[in-house]
Amino acid sequence: MIERSHHDMGGQPAGKVKRSEHAYDEWELRVDAMMMLLMGVTGMDKRMTVDELRKNIEALPPADYDKMGYYDRWVISLTQTMIQRGVFTTDDLARKLADVERRSPRSRGERRPKTKARAQAARKRAGAGTR
Amino acid sequence: MTTSTGPLFRIGDRVRVRKAAPLGHVRTPYYIRGHAGVVERICGAFPNPEELAQQRDGLPAQPLYRVRFRQREVWPGYRGSPNDVIELEIFQHWIET
Repeated sequence: MIERSHHDMGGQPAGKVKRSEHAYDEWELRVDAMMMLLMGVTGMDKRMTVDELRKNIEALPPADYDKMGYYDRWVISLTQTMIQRGVFTTDDLARKLADVERRSPRSRGERRPKTKARAQAARKRAGAGTR
Repeated sequence: MTTSTGPLFRIGDRVRVRKAAPLGHVRTPYYIRGHAGVVERICGAFPNPEELAQQRDGLPAQPLYRVRFRQREVWPGYRGSPNDVIELEIFQHWIET
């Protein structure tokens, strides 16, 4: 059996905590909003629980868990949950991802705007930018 | 295991967290399992998150306790004040009976 799950790292040796605030990219705000909608906090039908979100985050392979950011984990997990609940299928997702890839600027040989400029634009759209 | 509904413990009771390592989604952190503390308050009763994580209703609701542990007893070689405590919320089915 597994004695301690990878995510359950309270008390394990670790580096210093970075305490600086940082802005969220627009996609991260969207993932947060999507999760609130799926949990039914706005009064819509409840499509999943926070415990399913946690379960699927905890199931990430340790190497992926470590390199992913907070909302990377969320978006992977809520997508996994939608497959588990039959909201869409694995095949639906594969085809959609291929569609999105085809229409992205990168696959058309265009350069994406610089990261800093995109982050600033996202902050501006989101208002204050720190939470 | 998760059939009882009423609280079995009262404020001030000394309780010990079960030492277990099951599969599935668990809200009891690894580091506190096997440790003893004192019930600080009864938080109410809530659907079992281990069941909610698996698309089931988690009923009957499980009593949830805030349990106060001495830091010195939780962390080997703890160098802070002997009065330092850490409080965790522990579901009743994770407490030894």
